Amino acid sequence: MVTDGILWSIACRPSFAKEVNMQNNQPEYAIETKNLFIFYGSFPAVSEVNMKIEKQKITAIIGPSGCGKSTLLRSFNRMNDFVPGSYVTGEILLHGQNLYGAKIDPVEVRRKIGMVFQKPNPFPKSIYENITWGAKINGYKGDMDELVEQSLRGAALWDEVKDKLKKSAYELSGGQQQRLCIARTIAIQPDIILMDEPASALDPISTLRIEELMQELKKNYTIIIVTHNMQQAARVSDYTAMMMLDKDGSRSGTVIEYSETKRIFTNPKDKRTEDYVTGRFG
Amino acid sequence: MNPARDHYPQGRAFQAELNARYRAASIWQGLFFSALALAILCLSALLYNVIDGTFGYVAYEYKHDPSEFTPRPLDTLNKQELLDILKSNLSSGAFNKLNNEKPMEERSRSDLYSLVIERLIQLDTKQTWPLTDSIFRSKAVRAEAAQKYPKARLEFRSWLTPQFLVSPMSSKAEFAGVRTAILGSLWMVGIAILFALPIGIGAAVYLQEYADKNFINRIIQTNINNLAGVPSIVYGMLGLAIFVRALEPLTSGSLFGVTDSNGRTILSAGLTMGVLVLPLIIINAQEAIKAVPDSLRQAAFGVGATRWQVVWHHVLPNALPGILTGSILAVSRAIGETAPLIVVGASTFISIDPDGPFSKFTALPIQIYQWTTRAQSEFHAIAAGAIFVLLALLLSLNAAAILLRNRFQRKY
Repeated sequence: MVTDGILWSIACRPSFAKEVNMQNNQPEYAIETKNLFIFYGSFPAVSEVNMKIEKQKITAIIGPSGCGKSTLLRSFNRMNDFVPGSYVTGEILLHGQNLYGAKIDPVEVRRKIGMVFQKPNPFPKSIYENITWGAKINGYKGDMDELVEQSLRGAALWDEVKDKLKKSAYELSGGQQQRLCIARTIAIQPDIILMDEPASALDPISTLRIEELMQELKKNYTIIIVTHNMQQAARVSDYTAMMMLDKDGSRSGTVIEYSETKRIFTNPKDKRTEDYVTGRFG
Repeated sequence: MNPARDHYPQGRAFQAELNARYRAASIWQGLFFSALALAILCLSALLYNVIDGTFGYVAYEYKHDPSEFTPRPLDTLNKQELLDILKSNLSSGAFNKLNNEKPMEERSRSDLYSLVIERLIQLDTKQTWPLTDSIFRSKAVRAEAAQKYPKARLEFRSWLTPQFLVSPMSSKAEFAGVRTAILGSLWMVGIAILFALPIGIGAAVYLQEYADKNFINRIIQTNINNLAGVPSIVYGMLGLAIFVRALEPLTSGSLFGVTDSNGRTILSAGLTMGVLVLPLIIINAQEAIKAVPDSLRQAAFGVGATRWQVVWHHVLPNALPGILTGSILAVSRAIGETAPLIVVGASTFISIDPDGPFSKFTALPIQIYQWTTRAQSEFHAIAAGAIFVLLALLLSLNAAAILLRNRFQRKY
C-alpha cells in the first residue's frame, strides 16, 4: 500500500524529479493550503487558511488558547478524522495532491507526515520496540538494529539509552520520552514532522534539548510546530503563522499573519499580532 | 472594610460550626461502617451454616455386623483380603456387574473398603446432628441417639472427605460424591468461556473502535446493557428452544456420529451459559478498551498504522487485564447458575463422568439443589459439603484468573 500510494508514486515519478530540478531556483513548498476550512459539525473551528509552508524550514503556529492552532496542525496529517463530525473544505496540497482527496488513504498521509504530541506518549514497550514498531508495520526491510541506532542518534538520545534498549520506555524521563517519540517519528522517514506543543510538558533543560534537536532535524525534514511559548517560536522557527479568533465574533480561528519569524516579532503588519507578541494582548 | 468577612462565623461560633461538621461526618462514617459490618455478618452466617452442616455426629446402623465376614477389624485388612471377602459374600451376578463397571483388581483399597461397607455390611444412617449441637450439646446428642437408635453407633464425621471429591453420584449419601458434578461444571464453564470470550471481545472491539455513534448503535448498546440484567431462567428457555430443540442435530452430536444422546448435553448447557455471560463479557471488555488511553492510539496512528494494527498491537494487549477481570466475573456467574441448567435439562442422577461435549451431565449447583430437596438429613449434610466444594472451585478459578491478569498487567 505504501509503495503503491498516490503520494508516493507522484514523488517517485521521474518527471516529478525533473520538475523539481527545473524549478530549482524557485522555492518548493512542503505543504500548501488553499481556502482551508475545518469544521466540527456545523461549526468552522478554523476558517480560510491560505499558507505555503517552506521545505526544510521550521514553521511555528502561535496564537491564544482555543484559536484552532492544534486543529490546523492535525488537519495536515488527517488526525482530525478521529473527531466525530469533523470535516474539511478547501485543499491541503502535498506534492500537488489534495490530502483530503477521494483517492487518498489517511494511513498513507500519516506515513509521510509524522507527528509528535504534546504529552510524551511512547508505547508501553521497550525503547527498542518503540522505534521498530512503526518500521515493522510499514514493511521496513532493512537492518532493525541499524535503524534504531540511526533514529536514536537523530533524536540525540542514543548515548543516554544505548545500554538499556530492552528496558521499558516508561523508565525514561519526560524529556527523554519526548525525544524517543521524535526518534520513533523519524524512524519511518516522513517528509514532514508535525509537533504539537512538544515541550509544554517538559522542564526548561529538556525544552532546550528539544529545541536544539529541531535545528538538527530541519536539515532533513520540514517541521511545523504549534507552541504557546512565543520565545520558543522566536528562538526556533524560520516562519511564523499568527492565529487569532475572528474579530467578527464568530469564534472561528484563522491565520491573520504569516511571514518570516523575524518580521512577525519585529515588524508585524497586523495590530493584533503586535499586541500579542509584545504581551499586550487581552 | 471587608463585608464578606463578617458573614463567616468567627471565634467560638466557628468552633461550634466546625464541631457540627465533624458530627455529621462521624454519623456518615458510622453508617458506612455498619453497612460493611452487615455484609461481613451475612457472609459469616453463610459460612457458619455450611460448616455446621458439613461436620457433626452421625448415628448409623450396620445391617450385618463386620464380624459376620471377618474376625479382624475391617480397617486393618489389605486390598487382597477385602477382595476375597467381596468375592465370597456377594452373589456372582452382583460381583460380575461390579467387575464390568471397573475390573476389581484395578480398584484401590479404599474403593474396595467402601464396597464392603455398602454392599455387605449395608451401613444405614439414621440421623445426623449439626456441628454446633455435636460440640455444645454432646451429652444430649448421645442420650438421644442411645434412646432412639439403641443398636446404632454414634460417630463424629466430616462429610467433606477426599473420598467425597472423587466418588461419583450414589443413591446412598454415605457413598455419594461430587466428581461427576465437578467435571460437569468444569466442562460447562469451559465451553461457555470458549464460546463467549472471543465473541464478546469481538463485539466490544467493534462497538468501541469501529462503530459510529449513531442511533442504531446506541440502541444496540442499551440492549446489551439491559441483557446483562435479564433473569437467568429466561436464558434457560432460550437455550431450551435454540440449543436443545432447534439445534439438536448439532448439540446432540448426531451430526458427528454420536447416537446415544439427545440435545440435553453439556454442549447445550455450555452454549446457554455462554449466551448468558456474553453481555457481561461485552460490557467489561468495552470498559477495558475504553480505559486504554487515547494518546496511545494516536501515537500508533501517527506512525502510519491502520485501525486494525492499532487494535491488535496496542488496544487489545493493553485491555487484556481488564478483559480478564471481566471474564472472572463471567466464570463466577456461570459456575453458580442453576435455573438455566434445570430448564436445559441437566441430569440429577448420573454416575458416569462426562467424556465430551455430547455427554449427559450434571453440575454442582444442580447436585446441591437436588440433595437439599431430599428428606433425609444425611443428604443435607453432603449438600453442605458440596457447597464447600463449589465455593472452593469458584475461588480457585478466580485466583487463577487473577494470577493470569497480574501477569499481563502493564502501566502506562
